[in-house]
Amino acid sequence: MLTEASNFAEGVDLAFKVIFGISIFLLVGITTVMITFVIKYRRSKHPKAEQIKDNTALEITWTLIPLAIALLMFYYGYAAFRPQRDFPKDAMNVTVVAKMWVWSFVYPGNKESNMLVLPINKPVVLNLTSLDVIHSFYVPAFRQKEDCVPGKTNQMWFIPTMIGEYWVLCAEYCGMNHSYMEAKVKVVSQAEYEAWINALPKKTAEPEGLTIIKKNACTGCHSIDGSNLVSTSFKGIYGKESIVVTDGKEHTITVDDAYIKTSIYEPDKDMVKGLPKGVMKSYKGIISDDEVSRIIDYFKSIK
Amino acid sequence: MAETITHSYLENTGRYKGILAWLTSTDHKRIGLMYMYAMMVFFIVGVLLGELMRLELFRPGQQFYSAQTYNGIFTIHGIIMIFTVVIPGLAAVFGNFCMPLLIGARDVAFPRLNLFSWYLYILGAAIALSSQFLGNGPPDTGWTFYAPYSIQTHTNVVAAVFGAFVLGFSSILTGLNFIVTIHRLRAAGMTFFRMPLFPWSLYATAWIQVLATPIVGITLLMVIAERWLRIGFFDPSLGGDPILYQHLFWIYSHPAVYIMILPAMGVITEIIPTFAQRRVFGYKAIALSSLAIALVGYFVWAHHMYTSGMSITARWVFSLLTFLVAVPSAIKVFNWVTTMYKGSISVKPPFLFALGFIFLFMIGGLTGLSLGSLATDIHVHDTSYVVAHFHYIIFGGVGFAFFAALHYWYPKMYGRMYNFRRANIAFGFLFVGFNLLYFPQFVIGIMGMPRRYFDYLPQFTLGHQLSTIGGFILLIGIIIMLVNLFSKKGVKAPDNPWGGKTLEWTIPSPPPVENFDELPVITGEPYYFE
Repeated sequence: MLTEASNFAEGVDLAFKVIFGISIFLLVGITTVMITFVIKYRRSKHPKAEQIKDNTALEITWTLIPLAIALLMFYYGYAAFRPQRDFPKDAMNVTVVAKMWVWSFVYPGNKESNMLVLPINKPVVLNLTSLDVIHSFYVPAFRQKEDCVPGKTNQMWFIPTMIGEYWVLCAEYCGMNHSYMEAKVKVVSQAEYEAWINALPKKTAEPEGLTIIKKNACTGCHSIDGSNLVSTSFKGIYGKESIVVTDGKEHTITVDDAYIKTSIYEPDKDMVKGLPKGVMKSYKGIISDDEVSRIIDYFKSIK
Repeated sequence: MAETITHSYLENTGRYKGILAWLTSTDHKRIGLMYMYAMMVFFIVGVLLGELMRLELFRPGQQFYSAQTYNGIFTIHGIIMIFTVVIPGLAAVFGNFCMPLLIGARDVAFPRLNLFSWYLYILGAAIALSSQFLGNGPPDTGWTFYAPYSIQTHTNVVAAVFGAFVLGFSSILTGLNFIVTIHRLRAAGMTFFRMPLFPWSLYATAWIQVLATPIVGITLLMVIAERWLRIGFFDPSLGGDPILYQHLFWIYSHPAVYIMILPAMGVITEIIPTFAQRRVFGYKAIALSSLAIALVGYFVWAHHMYTSGMSITARWVFSLLTFLVAVPSAIKVFNWVTTMYKGSISVKPPFLFALGFIFLFMIGGLTGLSLGSLATDIHVHDTSYVVAHFHYIIFGGVGFAFFAALHYWYPKMYGRMYNFRRANIAFGFLFVGFNLLYFPQFVIGIMGMPRRYFDYLPQFTLGHQLSTIGGFILLIGIIIMLVNLFSKKGVKAPDNPWGGKTLEWTIPSPPPVENFDELPVITGEPYYFE
């Protein structure tokens, strides 16, 4: 039903088939027996119940059989999972950086991409990290999922076995735009991969202001490329006119140093028209005055 | 028989009249009903919140409200349904109403503590709900309050968490009360192995309540301390460990699933022998499997955490233990079905709901197997497959058992009957609506639809639409059922309308204030049909 695009997918699907197969058999079997009893022994046809004694042999049997089935299922799940924890030595390494609500993928040589591009049939180890809260890296087509936990690095590995594009989804609830935290993984031929990675520019040193707003997850709601996220994009924001609501009254302001500072420290004071109060928290005590100046410098640079 | 005139517990004979007579009553039967009325209000609110989510999810993209609103709705839906409806659930309502009757006692061991527990319940629920109206907006963490998100979000998490903390005390005190009652107040001659099986399940439940709840209490206080005092327990940016939170949370919250389901199994075990007119098959196995579930249920919590980055040893050990806990549940199903063998079965509404329970509980249990297994759980963990699974257990299981219990003991509670035909129609809507609501969520979950998603990829649309339609069929069923039970008085109920053999059927409907004129003396097994 679902594409099997990694070396582990088949084993996982086999475990599913074993478990679902036995489960459907039990469900249909027990339900049939139950309905048969209800019909066959209905009061109009069977007015007097027989008081059946307990039967220890029967009870032991139906304890041992489910136990055996349970152990069998455990084994299939374990057998398909175990190799997922045997990390190959010669694999390529990519670091997955999760933050509210974007994925980025850092390749060796400090090259960063927002799409995970992988060569087919090459083992890859992903180092899963998070900059803020817990996210979970999930690629349904690979049957792989592992949490990105802030403060520690989790790992997963697999071999992509099918050329194509697949979804990366966030499976651990991470706040407002959790359902929009998605990316693509693209599996390509070795030659295509090499061309792509060579063309990928190195991460250049970024302006201090940008580092600060990324670190504080400002970019989760405010884009820096003019696109519309939850709130106004930072691109061209400095010097722009904006309609805001202060104490229930609308008026027009020009975005200047003072306004930016107020917006960071008292976000509910001059709300941009159309946004609810409380949507942004105050960064007082989190972003210093000096850092605010760096942010303002950065805003001036992205007109 | 004594010559004294006994009053029904529903008549006010004390100092107060009207609602005050209820709010000051320590009668276990009244307290049971008071839990039920409060719980029904919460349940209806929770259901309506669920329907609001289903409406939003009818199509991809934003329909009626924002992502933030959606996150708030699923959080409060979870908090209401888990902490104020299913955790107190059958134990608080039918445990209170029936357990002293079933063991031949005049009340619980500590009646005033029992009333106090109810007030704690109302207080806790009020505090939890205040989170919606006070502070910085409704909490948006999900009912699980996972750190570090719950530490960092600026929404009103503290009220919700503190509400859950207070509700925990209500649960602990009820558990304590039931343990002492069952040990000390059983009728003369009622040994443990002559006790009916619903009290047995309550006994197992009560131990979990007493022993597991304090752990979540402390954990929730730690969240509050971390938010207010910036002590780093769970948030790595303060030096804490987010995985520690998950362990502490699930050490309680997994056994809490058994707090919900064990009394449900107990109720079903009362209903089936009555309507089959047959002694229950495998009495001891059912009694002991309740204890086994309670015990092994403590050691499976980390199966909620296979993808958190635990060691491989932790993963396989918890997986193995999880499969072991499936066995006693399977035994119960076999015993229920075998109890119908060569019985004389009358399919009245309580029995119909019990059959529905067995079917839905089997689906819930069997779909849990691929969540206990490592490789398969990795794929479906945190997808709508999990949402479907736990709704099959908690709504299909606990919910349908609650409805079964309500239809079973309703004549005893009110001394009135209800319309059977309408009850059966309600069951039809509930059963069809329920399956249409949740079954598609298994399918889209396997296809890769993550849970707690406000928006989704186009391939999941059909599943979501079927689910929404099912949600409204279910709602119709709930309305028909409640109207049938509570809109008008039915004909007077006899003392023993179903031909049950347990002690509650030997006294008048509704029961007198102290239940028994003379305390019964027990000489044999509880389900003795000639």
